[in-house]
Amino acid sequence: MSEKRTCLYDRHVALGAKMVPFGGFEMPIQYTDITSEHQAVRGACGVFDVSHMGEVLVTGREAERFVQYIFTNDISGAPVGKIFYGMMLHPNGGTIDDLLVYKMGDEKFFLVINAANIDKDYAWISKQAEAFDVTTENQSDYYGQLAVQGPEAEKVTEEVLGLACQELAFYTFKLIEVEGETLIVSRTGYTGEDGFEIYGSHAYIQGAWDKLIESGRAKPCGLGCRDTLRFEVGLPLYGDELTDEISPIMAGLGMFVKLDKPEFIGKEAVAKQKAEGVEKKIIGIELEGRAIPRHGYEVVVDDQVVGEVTTGYSSISTGKSVCMALVDAAHAKLGTPVQVRIHRKLQPGKVVKKRFYEKHYKQ
Amino acid sequence: MAKVIEGLYYSESHEYVKVEGEFGYVGITDYAQEQLGNVVYVDMPEEGDEVEAGAEFGAVESVKAASDLLSPVSGEVVEVNTALEDEPELINQDAFANWIIKVKLSDPSELESLMDAAAYREATK
Repeated sequence: MSEKRTCLYDRHVALGAKMVPFGGFEMPIQYTDITSEHQAVRGACGVFDVSHMGEVLVTGREAERFVQYIFTNDISGAPVGKIFYGMMLHPNGGTIDDLLVYKMGDEKFFLVINAANIDKDYAWISKQAEAFDVTTENQSDYYGQLAVQGPEAEKVTEEVLGLACQELAFYTFKLIEVEGETLIVSRTGYTGEDGFEIYGSHAYIQGAWDKLIESGRAKPCGLGCRDTLRFEVGLPLYGDELTDEISPIMAGLGMFVKLDKPEFIGKEAVAKQKAEGVEKKIIGIELEGRAIPRHGYEVVVDDQVVGEVTTGYSSISTGKSVCMALVDAAHAKLGTPVQVRIHRKLQPGKVVKKRFYEKHYKQ
Repeated sequence: MAKVIEGLYYSESHEYVKVEGEFGYVGITDYAQEQLGNVVYVDMPEEGDEVEAGAEFGAVESVKAASDLLSPVSGEVVEVNTALEDEPELINQDAFANWIIKVKLSDPSELESLMDAAAYREATK
């Protein structure tokens, strides 16, 4: 086993981070503790090393037609600078990955994919690209990436890093020239708070990280709180709420699947799911007590196992024991009483919306 | 440096037993709470349940993970520390003052296979 290291690895170790394997990388799960890092992002500003994320550049005459073909969202007619969230699907509707697509030009698109899926995705993208007049390039090893997140992220990014980002709308980006290179700066994130993601060379990302940490205005935050933050606002994690078996329709993410597009891989399968209903759905569950539901725990109705927990926590923002779970669609209705088996005991709860905490995006 | 208290018995899985007469108070050590980080939930048995030396009787949970509690001794649970239901963080504040269960020891000779303070201090160095 040999995990890769990001360009900030030495800095994480120097800060005393607890390092764990994630998606093929050795990543910081926490520097101090998950709770205080989580609260820094909800209340002020945190910075995450997300250099493990993968980047693929698609260029060429048929670049747009190609991206439309492999991606569920509809990028047609979008202006340069716009970002889309969506999925790549198997023909059977299962999810290969969820990703962001940055429109850099009429013939140039930048795809941001999950670390654990880089090899799988790039193989898939390259294979599909054979039928199109496009060039694909895996740029994952070139780019480092920071996520600056929280209500103070705009000020911190402008004042500490000197990056003019105030005018960026949610889900847009711009290119900024610094120190002889071109950064990509987008108003995006995975926390439910306002924030920015900055892509640059390893040297730039190391320097930017140092400035942020030295300023004391961005708390270093690990993957532990990245997960609690995204979970609270109902964002899926590939591997938990989206998998090769779980389609975006099952996950309740149909709004990112544009069935009125002429054609994309998996369209027939997800159109059928939407029309006829799905067998299983991702739901939210709130428990009455404080016992904590965790990934893989059984969901039970009338002594029958009807599904299992995909992600669960004692919500740091609300203190409630909540989870997302994949259950038989018959039990997915809001308000349905369900139980979760936790340490031998069945804990009562009910089906609720997946959003356990309101997002605070700047529109 | 984690605190270790003289006169208690310690298990390899970082539980302690404080013996008072025929009863043992079982909790997790200061070293264990340091390793766990913020305790956000303690899963406890009920009064009257039987626990067995070496067997799981509950769990202490941090934000990220649940860690099984293994009983260092056998016997009947005569009391559970209900204060931990609402304030699990008491374990972080003082793990030795905030025991988890009180057990009526059915086999006090089990204590002999546990570590004393000096041995535990060595084991967690």
